[in-house]
Amino acid sequence: MESRRNVELSLLLLALILSVGAYVVVGLAADNEVPAGSAGYGATLAGLFLGAHLVLRWRAPQADPILLPGAALLNGLGLVMVRRLDYADAAKDNYRPEAPAQALWTVLGMAVFVAVILVVRDHRVLDRYRYSWLLLGVVLLMLPALPVLGREINGARLWVRIGPFSGQPAEAAKIALVVFLAAYLAERKELLATATYRAGPFLLPEIKYFMPLLLAWAASLFVLFFEKDLGSSLLFFGVFVTLVYVATGRFSYVAAGLALFLSGAVLAYNLFGHVQVRVATWLDPWKYYASRGFQLAQGLFALATGGILGQGWNQGRPDFIPFASTDFIFAAFGEELGLLGVTAMLLVYLLMVFRGLRIALAAPDDFGKLLAVGLVTSFALQVFVIVGGVTRLIPLTGITLPFVSFGGSSLLANYALIALLCRISDEGTPAPAAARAPVPADTGEVTVIR
Amino acid sequence: MNRQIRRVAVVVLVAFMALLAAPLYWQVLAAPRLTNDSRNTRVLIKEYSIERGAIVLADQTPVATSVRSKQRGDPLEFVRHYPEGERYGMVTGFYSLVFGRTLAEQEFNSFLLGRAPEQFGQNVTDLLTARETPGGTLVLTLDRATQEAAEQALRNRKGAVVALDPRTGAVLAMTTYPRYDPNQLSSHNPEAIRRNWDRLVKDEDGPLLNRAAGALYPPGSTFKVITAAAALEDGISVNQPLPSPTVLDVPQTSADIHNFGGSSCGGGTLTMPEALEISCNTTFAGLGLKLGDKKLAAEAEKFGFNRPSPYQLPAATSVIPKNQDVPATAQSAIGQRDVRVSPLQMASVAATIANGGRRMAPFVAQQVVSDKGKVVKRFEGEDLGQAIPEQVAGDLRDMMLQVVERGTGTFAQIPGLQVAGKTGTAQHAQGRPPHAWFIGFTSAGDKSIAVAVVVENGGDAGSEATGGHVAAPIAKAVMQAYLGGGG
Repeated sequence: MESRRNVELSLLLLALILSVGAYVVVGLAADNEVPAGSAGYGATLAGLFLGAHLVLRWRAPQADPILLPGAALLNGLGLVMVRRLDYADAAKDNYRPEAPAQALWTVLGMAVFVAVILVVRDHRVLDRYRYSWLLLGVVLLMLPALPVLGREINGARLWVRIGPFSGQPAEAAKIALVVFLAAYLAERKELLATATYRAGPFLLPEIKYFMPLLLAWAASLFVLFFEKDLGSSLLFFGVFVTLVYVATGRFSYVAAGLALFLSGAVLAYNLFGHVQVRVATWLDPWKYYASRGFQLAQGLFALATGGILGQGWNQGRPDFIPFASTDFIFAAFGEELGLLGVTAMLLVYLLMVFRGLRIALAAPDDFGKLLAVGLVTSFALQVFVIVGGVTRLIPLTGITLPFVSFGGSSLLANYALIALLCRISDEGTPAPAAARAPVPADTGEVTVIR
Repeated sequence: MNRQIRRVAVVVLVAFMALLAAPLYWQVLAAPRLTNDSRNTRVLIKEYSIERGAIVLADQTPVATSVRSKQRGDPLEFVRHYPEGERYGMVTGFYSLVFGRTLAEQEFNSFLLGRAPEQFGQNVTDLLTARETPGGTLVLTLDRATQEAAEQALRNRKGAVVALDPRTGAVLAMTTYPRYDPNQLSSHNPEAIRRNWDRLVKDEDGPLLNRAAGALYPPGSTFKVITAAAALEDGISVNQPLPSPTVLDVPQTSADIHNFGGSSCGGGTLTMPEALEISCNTTFAGLGLKLGDKKLAAEAEKFGFNRPSPYQLPAATSVIPKNQDVPATAQSAIGQRDVRVSPLQMASVAATIANGGRRMAPFVAQQVVSDKGKVVKRFEGEDLGQAIPEQVAGDLRDMMLQVVERGTGTFAQIPGLQVAGKTGTAQHAQGRPPHAWFIGFTSAGDKSIAVAVVVENGGDAGSEATGGHVAAPIAKAVMQAYLGGGG
């Protein structure tokens, strides 16, 4: 069998042990007994992990062995934290447990992962429908702005509700737009890198090649201005600038992109009261403790109280932080698992991001490279925006922590994201001599993990 | 394209370095500041989730307990309750959400929370068995009957009563009036706590003040015991006739020393026991002048003056100036001018004399017991050594017995028992009645007790005997209660 897959299997086993262990400890700490659902939780996770693993063995045997276990670990621990916050909230008046929903989303997320691996047999297929992706992305982005469908929650209009289902379409739009940008830039990179027009001190390429890019940029501004979703807007913009830079190798695009972003930010600051409030809160959360600074201050209290070793599962009070299970789940981990826990978590993210960049480096074609970079950048930026926001590194914008936060749309999108990366890595990894042909199991063959 | 991807990797690495540094800052560098921020209620809630140990009397009567909060949705699990209300507040202190902890609740906090190093072994076993560790029970030295008797005898007169076991330093009773009910500050309702606090703080009678250990008074004639001790140590014998004029002409001042009500002290001379019996001011002021300010202060310091109190709980430091001019020395010798004492200090003076001159540090907490009944920590009154020679203590005892037998302290007499004592009537402000004092001791069988009583403004400026009228009966009641009626 494939040694990459064996590595993956052992890492998945580790993720399973850590997740189930945490689940049992939370139950012990809350009720002094092993929670009744432990076996079910363990069996479900094991089944999901094993299922995804077997599908990779079958359909993408050369895929990266780190991404799936990384996602599984973060997802498993996130689920435990959501469950743990349910324990704390159970005494509150309008208690609605989140863990069952998140467990269901986990199952669906793994299903999405498997579906992407099975359906997308070669990532180059996606290249063919590039304008459909653009259209899909833009439509998804605009949905929340529609009158009946859209919902404004906590000052940002990024929710859509259809019947009993609600979700954040921006999560899916993110992937669609990355696919479009990668496809478009892979084809036009030479044209974009060649300057034909001179405008003042700047050399500009043909305007018509720029149009689709401007559309993408306009879409991100739309998100910012009409949906007031600062986090997603920043995310789109970062991915956009990164991809254009990687495709063209021209730093002037980065400079121009940053200039555009800064002017957009200044404009938003002057136009929107809630942006001003966020910046003021960021600069001095203690001053606004009784109002808008409460959440940030409570998050910092949680981190500080956690200290180096943390209070231990279910020993802290992360439930004091508003939105502890979504935006502020990082602070909840900081309180209970301490600096050691959150550092380990950030290192898992960093490892996944670096694996993603390695996949981009090894991808056989430009579209694959750009797609991988785009997906990884959006993943890394999302981690940066929310962790940086919670730790007061940058102004806080509400966005989910990938795989960890409570939220279905985010979980599904991120599973699709790593499935695409797995797919690209499977093609970018030269198969060992006899890998695709049946070989005796005991050849002792070793493949270097790349 | 790979070159650009590698550059993106560098940017990612830098960004993640910043992400890794941020929690390091909040969880390590800024942690002490944020953890102790009063708005961070996490520490408080953690503390209130522990079943804080009870505080009990020597006979196991609980005076502070932790009970589960019955308030719905209360984030604080346990609420502190003081079953005896205001009776033991001057020892237990309070345990308040808003105003923190005081007295025993504060000084023995780590034991009550089960977090003291002595309780560590127990905690590790609890950790392994995943058992919630309740705090340790603090056992006080207070005697229930004596405490209640002191409270009843003092009634609603402003003042304080302290009773000690002279041989160990154990506090047998400590009460004050007015008092406060620690329950009013220990609820989980911050507004109610603030309201009660405001009322207590604005009360001119100062119910929050622990007069027994934390307030300072002029000792008046009770200080003559110390002056006598200094004189005896200086070689003046009990038989030596001492000048006892009606008016003592003090050099360097026109403020001469008179006796109470301008009375003469009988004849021209008195022996020291005779002078103490009737509390003759001129005799002791004269002794003070003869000894000088240094010797007088040095003698008082042997009893603990001018040094932080060795008591387990916060207490005021009793003072006597080391350098005084002649008139001040004369007045200090009779417990006036700048001499200031706490009732606890004067009880300790009486106890030291009762104990043959050996001074024991007063203590009110005797041990901490784990919830399994194991003694985790034992406290004892420190032996502070021989304050005065045994011979001098014996002479003082004989003189004080005489005071109660036929002097100003007859109201402290208990039939069948030998009671020693000294009265005091301390002037503290022009035109206001003086404070009435009594210090004394007695024993029966294997039990002995030393008592100090002060009743603010309780005396009559015209008569030295009023300290005896007002304060001595209180001491008597306390002694009787402890010694079981005493006949």
